[in-house]
Amino acid sequence: MSIIFKHARQLVVEIDEFINTAEQGVLVFKEGVLNYLNNEKESFADKISDIDRLEAAADRLQRKIDDEAYQHSLLPQSISDVVSMLDRVDELIDIAKDNLYLFELELPFFPENIRNEYIRLTTTSVEAALCVIPAVRTYFREPVQVRDMLSKVYFYENETDKISRSIKRKLFHEMHELDLAQKIHLRYFALHIESISDKAQELADALSIMALKINI
Amino acid sequence: MITLLFLTSGLFLGWSLGANDAANIFGTAVGSRMVRFKLAAIIAGIFVIIGAVAQGAGANDTLGDLGSVSTLGAAFTVALAAALTVFWMTRLSLPVSTSQAIVGSIIGWNFYTNNPTDLGVLTKIVGTWISGPILGGAFAVLLFMLLQLATRKVRLHLIYKDVITRVGLVIVGAFGAYSLGANNIANVMGVFTHSIQLTPLDFGWLVIGSKQQLFFIGGIAIAIGIATYSKHVMNTVGKSLMPLTPEAALIIVLAQSLVLFIFSSQNLSNAIASIGLPPIPLVPVSSSQVVIGAIIGIGLYKGGREIKLNILGSISLGWIATPIAAGILSFFMLFFMNNVFKQEVGSIEIKRILQSETEQDPLQNNDPKTYHPGSLQNDSLVNH
Repeated sequence: MSIIFKHARQLVVEIDEFINTAEQGVLVFKEGVLNYLNNEKESFADKISDIDRLEAAADRLQRKIDDEAYQHSLLPQSISDVVSMLDRVDELIDIAKDNLYLFELELPFFPENIRNEYIRLTTTSVEAALCVIPAVRTYFREPVQVRDMLSKVYFYENETDKISRSIKRKLFHEMHELDLAQKIHLRYFALHIESISDKAQELADALSIMALKINI
Repeated sequence: MITLLFLTSGLFLGWSLGANDAANIFGTAVGSRMVRFKLAAIIAGIFVIIGAVAQGAGANDTLGDLGSVSTLGAAFTVALAAALTVFWMTRLSLPVSTSQAIVGSIIGWNFYTNNPTDLGVLTKIVGTWISGPILGGAFAVLLFMLLQLATRKVRLHLIYKDVITRVGLVIVGAFGAYSLGANNIANVMGVFTHSIQLTPLDFGWLVIGSKQQLFFIGGIAIAIGIATYSKHVMNTVGKSLMPLTPEAALIIVLAQSLVLFIFSSQNLSNAIASIGLPPIPLVPVSSSQVVIGAIIGIGLYKGGREIKLNILGSISLGWIATPIAAGILSFFMLFFMNNVFKQEVGSIEIKRILQSETEQDPLQNNDPKTYHPGSLQNDSLVNH
């Protein structure tokens, strides 16, 4: 019996560690984008290496969690839901890493008069992710509370959409000094940043159903 | 050797009981994949034997009051009729009641041998068929409410909750198997206790009487039934009636185990009587009915939307069909045993026949007489 509890304890620690890693990854993404926008090259390089490390750690932890949960038949009824949810959490840090790398690879140019909008977009999009991650933690301890926590996620996702639309409008309607290639390039970066909140919303949708299913 | 041959029908019934009723103990646990079938079968097998030997006598006496099947041939036939009924219903994946099958079968014997059926005892038994599921439902709702309260108070991680529920299912399942053995061994071996007398085994510090030996053998038959044939029924009980969470599964098994224990514990009955309350009748309870009562209890508590009424209907049909089918089968099998195989199946009181016969009939008499049909070739008796 103690072996079962030992495995359970280990799995709990790993899940907590995995969620923390994903959360840190999202925070690093935010700081990295802000560093880039503020032209803090050294800090940005640090963030790139940080997110690389965190993403690799998250992948490693996720594999361990999957293996152990299936090997010891833990949560037989909800294991597929839990695994798929953790997969979505992993997608958050994956996409954060990919997007941060795009800044490093494509070196987009952000004109001064639109930089603040991109800062707001990044902060709001990341906020959606930072709201959904505590809900993931709560799902494991108090699933009844999960649905109440998700309203913030939907709010920030909606706000992100609005800011993104306003950026695109500004790019294509007001900033005549930019050529089309620059405009499209910047629009893509708005989409990349926005994708964090989209993923957060997908995770929130899944969590909402899972919380309903698990409540006895 | 002949005793062993006659005992085979009881062993078959025990096997059927194990195949079918273990689902009521571990069905929800196995169906919800919280406990592996292999582990469930081992635990149920061990504890059902312990329960049968340690606490099986109380319910057995009640069943004996309904009809004291006095000959080995009759005991064989009555048990076989019940076993065939249970086996047939099990093949249809219906959680059939062994208690009802054996009661129907004994009443078939009463009819065949013209022995009166004690309506008081029958009422007591049928009463538990009604109170068992109601009590099961009440216990389930109460325990479910307590569990919900505890879940809200203690914020356990989902993984810990899963492990605790799993361990709980195993412990409660062991208790349930013990209670099943104690309560239902009478269904398996009860009809043989009057006709088979085994030499007591004296170990010096422990003497195992004839009944206990029979119960031990019956317990082994139940355990074999669990190991070999209960998996399919477990999945039916676990998945078909209502979708169950593992926590609900734990509650259902516990509620059912408590009901079975209550109706088989002599000590509890004595304790209740000692404080001036009416003693609890020690009666073989239909574990199928109790578990379904518990599931419905939780279903109703949760709003009743999740109960699949069509499955409930087919299960209820099984309840009615079981005693009737077993009774009719028992009656006709006794007829064949008696008239084709020339085996004594018990005494026939022929008062009713005597009253309808003419004055010239050599059997006519003012007093009821008892004849042994195995030794008679009277046409009037063949009508039975």
